[in-house]
Amino acid sequence: MYNVQTVRKDFPILSREINGKPLVYLDNGASAQKPQAVIDAVTQAYTMEYANVHRGLHTLSTIATEKYEAVRGKLAKFLNAASEDHIVMNSGTTESINLIAYGWAMPRFEPGDEIVLSVMEHHANIVPWHFLRERQGVVLKWVDIDANGDLDPQKVLDAIGPKTRLVAVTHLSNVLGTVVDVKAITEGAHAKGVPVLVDGSQAAVHMPVDVQDIGCDFYAVTGHKLYGPSGSGGIYIRPERQAEMRPFIGGGDMIREVHKDAVTWADPPMKFEAGTPGIVQQIGLGVALEYMMALGMDNIAAHEHHLRDYARARLDGLNWLNVQGQSATKAAVFSFTLNGAAHAHDISTILDKRGIAVRAGQHCAGPLMEHLGVDATCRASFGLYNTVEEVDALVSGLELCHELLS
Amino acid sequence: MATPAFEEIADTFEFLEDWEDRYRHVIDMGKSMPPLEDAFRVPATKVDGCASQVWLLPEIEGQGPSATFQFRGASDAMIVSGLIAVLRALYNDVAVADVLRIDAPAELARLGLNDHLSAQRSNGLRAMVERIRLLAAEAAGA
Repeated sequence: MYNVQTVRKDFPILSREINGKPLVYLDNGASAQKPQAVIDAVTQAYTMEYANVHRGLHTLSTIATEKYEAVRGKLAKFLNAASEDHIVMNSGTTESINLIAYGWAMPRFEPGDEIVLSVMEHHANIVPWHFLRERQGVVLKWVDIDANGDLDPQKVLDAIGPKTRLVAVTHLSNVLGTVVDVKAITEGAHAKGVPVLVDGSQAAVHMPVDVQDIGCDFYAVTGHKLYGPSGSGGIYIRPERQAEMRPFIGGGDMIREVHKDAVTWADPPMKFEAGTPGIVQQIGLGVALEYMMALGMDNIAAHEHHLRDYARARLDGLNWLNVQGQSATKAAVFSFTLNGAAHAHDISTILDKRGIAVRAGQHCAGPLMEHLGVDATCRASFGLYNTVEEVDALVSGLELCHELLS
Repeated sequence: MATPAFEEIADTFEFLEDWEDRYRHVIDMGKSMPPLEDAFRVPATKVDGCASQVWLLPEIEGQGPSATFQFRGASDAMIVSGLIAVLRALYNDVAVADVLRIDAPAELARLGLNDHLSAQRSNGLRAMVERIRLLAAEAAGA
């Protein structure tokens, strides 16, 4: 039985007040809070177990290396990758997708080659592809969502042409909460010989992920959204794709030998991890993943579906509120605007006075905002520690916004 | 003492103890401001450094340091519109040379706006004050 009150006790920040009100943290889509176990692990690492990794033979370096490298296995387990060698560790999804753009796509794509994207991608899964468009004439092909915010896998597959070299798609929209059938997209794309990159930055937080079942080529996750430290994360890369990749960032750790006129690379995944990594952040991420797996991803998903259903019913009752994205299977992510002239920033400012943290703006999703025809929205994004009482607090805060701003 | 218009706001705020009433008052002031036509919402009048969009249009009467400073403004956010109205009360009908003598942070602190607005909005307020001072300095030197 999932006891959210017990879970909340694991997150010290949730007991603080903001503007004299209990914190209602609904900005999990931007970044999640950290359980005490993660905070303790970070403290422990710096207090007793810190040294650089992969370098020293002394005791501390060995301890730090073992703890750091163990996270690779935890990420593999979390994503159900077949081997921890399929996991490249880094600072998160932005770095991961840049790695694929620079390391895999850039040396392989010709002018006129196409990348198929959905309009609800996060900028992290857009801007690296714009680099290829600007620098080497790659064409971006955009696939629309329907009125509910759902992405029809067949429309993605229909967009694939003879020059399509990659499908890059989110697993879960950070704005609409829409869950994308990335397995169907991958099966169809592979049947046409096209690899698939999945931006899992949001999805891995809210649902069990099995990269072998999805079958995708790349699956990126972000540690700070997974209740881990900022600057942590990683990407699953199918071994066939790893073999096709050249290194992206050069430096220590990713090399085998360096001479004045020659250099050879370490084997993957180390080939793609240059310089001293975020050692302690990554160790903290390992603890966060263990924490989530101990709660059970199915249990977390069930709890959040309960929150989603409750929030959807309550927000639907506000006839002056426009919720963007009505997908039946969406996650507990609600973007909305108020009827009339109220700006998203007005709403978030007033909610903040009530201790409620939401995000206001474009949510790093410019093309989606254009598609929806809105300048900005407010977004309430729920996590594993949120409660139905917090939904009520949000609704009450929104009623105040409506009164003040209408 | 600031301008009569600003002192009037300060008097009103003394009676409005809870933040909801102060916000309501600020928002109402924004709503009753004279509008800024779309033709004036251009890059030259746009103020960067605000979380929302802000435009300030100077309308200075006269020449040199004794010219009277006035401006109109607009924002796509209602609370920020209200802040523009507060700044109009603080600066409008002041001689351009005197605009630079106004201690805006101290005056705004009298309204408790520093406590009641988020850091990003305070930054927006600062950016607006800087623009006003720049416009007044240009006019005073002309």
